[in-house]
Amino acid sequence: MLNRNATILSAALLALPLAGAAQADTSDKTIALSNNYAGNSWRQAMLKSWETITAKAVADGVVQSAEAFTTAENQATEQAAQIQNMILQGYSAIVINSASPTALNGAVKEACDAGIIVVSFDGIVTEPCAWRVAVDFKKMGSGQLDYLAQRYPDGGNLLEIRGLAGTSVDTEIHEGIAAGVSAHPNFKVVSEVQGDWTQTVAQKSVAGVLPSLPEVVGVVTQGGDGFGAAEAFKAAGRPTPTIILGNRDDELRWWKEQKDANGYETMSVSIAPGVSTLAFWVAQQILDGQEVPKDLVVPFLSIDQAGLEKALENTEAGGVANVEYSLDDAKKVIEAAKAGG
Amino acid sequence: MTGALANPRLLRALLPPVSLILLLAVIFTIQPRAMSYLGLNLMLNLALPIALATIAQLCVIAVNDLDLSIGAFVSLVACIGATILPENPALGLAALAGCIAVYAALGALIHWRNLPAIVVTLGMSFVWLGAAVLLLPSPGGSAPAWLSAVVKLRTPAIPFAILASALLALLVHLFLMRSSLGVVLRGAGGNPQAVRRAGWSLLKTKMAMYALCGFFGCLSGLCLVGLTTSADANIALRYTLLSIAGVILGGGEFTGGRVSPIGAVIGALTLTLAGSLLTFLRISPDWQIGAQGAILILVLALRALVNRTERRAA
Repeated sequence: MLNRNATILSAALLALPLAGAAQADTSDKTIALSNNYAGNSWRQAMLKSWETITAKAVADGVVQSAEAFTTAENQATEQAAQIQNMILQGYSAIVINSASPTALNGAVKEACDAGIIVVSFDGIVTEPCAWRVAVDFKKMGSGQLDYLAQRYPDGGNLLEIRGLAGTSVDTEIHEGIAAGVSAHPNFKVVSEVQGDWTQTVAQKSVAGVLPSLPEVVGVVTQGGDGFGAAEAFKAAGRPTPTIILGNRDDELRWWKEQKDANGYETMSVSIAPGVSTLAFWVAQQILDGQEVPKDLVVPFLSIDQAGLEKALENTEAGGVANVEYSLDDAKKVIEAAKAGG
Repeated sequence: MTGALANPRLLRALLPPVSLILLLAVIFTIQPRAMSYLGLNLMLNLALPIALATIAQLCVIAVNDLDLSIGAFVSLVACIGATILPENPALGLAALAGCIAVYAALGALIHWRNLPAIVVTLGMSFVWLGAAVLLLPSPGGSAPAWLSAVVKLRTPAIPFAILASALLALLVHLFLMRSSLGVVLRGAGGNPQAVRRAGWSLLKTKMAMYALCGFFGCLSGLCLVGLTTSADANIALRYTLLSIAGVILGGGEFTGGRVSPIGAVIGALTLTLAGSLLTFLRISPDWQIGAQGAILILVLALRALVNRTERRAA
């Protein structure tokens, strides 16, 4: 026992100077968040997480400042100008949720040339000098099929709800779902509708195809569309299939109701808006002189049957289930990327 | 003689540069780092495509019309610049020439059928945007290296953006305000009856002004894609309103062929700098749109005052 305590103590002592060194190195650094849009619950939660985590980091002396800036309109040219202004203000690092994967490349290159660390997340940029905290949307799509395959070993028909047309996120999730279907060939997507990540749009689209739809065992989605689909099935008087949800508050509440009423089972998966805080820690680690691979992958936030109640507690009304990341989480992600790459 | 202050015409011409200088002074006080070659370059290099789009808009406003499609058009040109132009320069240039021809045809259509320009150009904005999405369904492409080299040129002493803006303002001013052809073109907006009676074709002048708008729109798109290095179908949608605001800020009027190219370029620079100022002031994003609007209203209120003195003098 004593021996064990001593080990813990010495480990703590060993860790202390290390942590101290890490703090000393970045305590005079400034980090700015350049965000292109704040008009939905996900983005609001993202900004709030940023504020919570960075306020603490600033108070602890980890960094000198970490301000968030959002462009007034969701336009790439405006965000490019914003980044150029940030270069002038002399930030040590800029964390970007980008309006476009490519249109900011000019401004990002200028920032890199000025010696500024650029970390993009969620809406990533393709400029090679920047770091990318990306989401494996393909896996988010194929993961839904893996879950359904385990629920329905015999397979069946599926309805797919797509996101906003022409966006890379929609294309990637769709490709992931297609890959999942070919990995589990006893499933078949019998219909595809446009949901635009919005419950009302999804409800209308699903209602439109329901009359001609054969029986489906599951609905694969992209988030923000599951509750609308459920409403459409209910209105048509059809049995509710297993609808994969997207962590939105209304979806989780609906799930809880169904679970209490008839033991309904499903899963919910999306990206936690707190990913902004992961990007913050990644930027801090780079400033600290750590070697960080350019491409990092964010873990999803998925909620299973058992974790529903806890997730609901932590989700604000009208919001999205969220987690905020710590420095250790960032280190883990960096390690994973090093191991993988 | 009551001095320059009482001369409304001079006052009107002075308002845009004075606003610009005031804005610059405030920015330099808040952020001294901006007062350098690099600083001015960073703040103003995205102003050049806006200035070009503003001049394009000015051509249409000069003939009493309004172009609601310029933002979408600049986006399309940017997409052409990032896809066709690097691979096949001849085809790319032909596509741009085709776009200008479409603009001229729009001018003809609007004149012939006496259609409201707002409706036609609003419709066209969807056509341009659709074409841009067809060309570049997801953001990407890359600008030809020569184009990026041109717009990122590091001129000695004075940043390229300022030199190019000054040159643009001067050339358009000489052409539109000082040449006899320019007078006729503006006359189509100021007094169409007189221009027609003098034997000029209103159709041709309108087509010429729309074609010029297309031409400057092309320059704007190419300049933009050179700066960003790759394109996005939605890249410049904001330019529609910015360009109109720039023309009006610069002392132009919606009707009467009353425009000022130098003022318009300065107006575009002012609008760009207003954005920088708000970032430097660390104004919360929730207030930024409002603050941007407040700056606009402030300048336009001054303009209204000038207009009143002008009327009183007349």
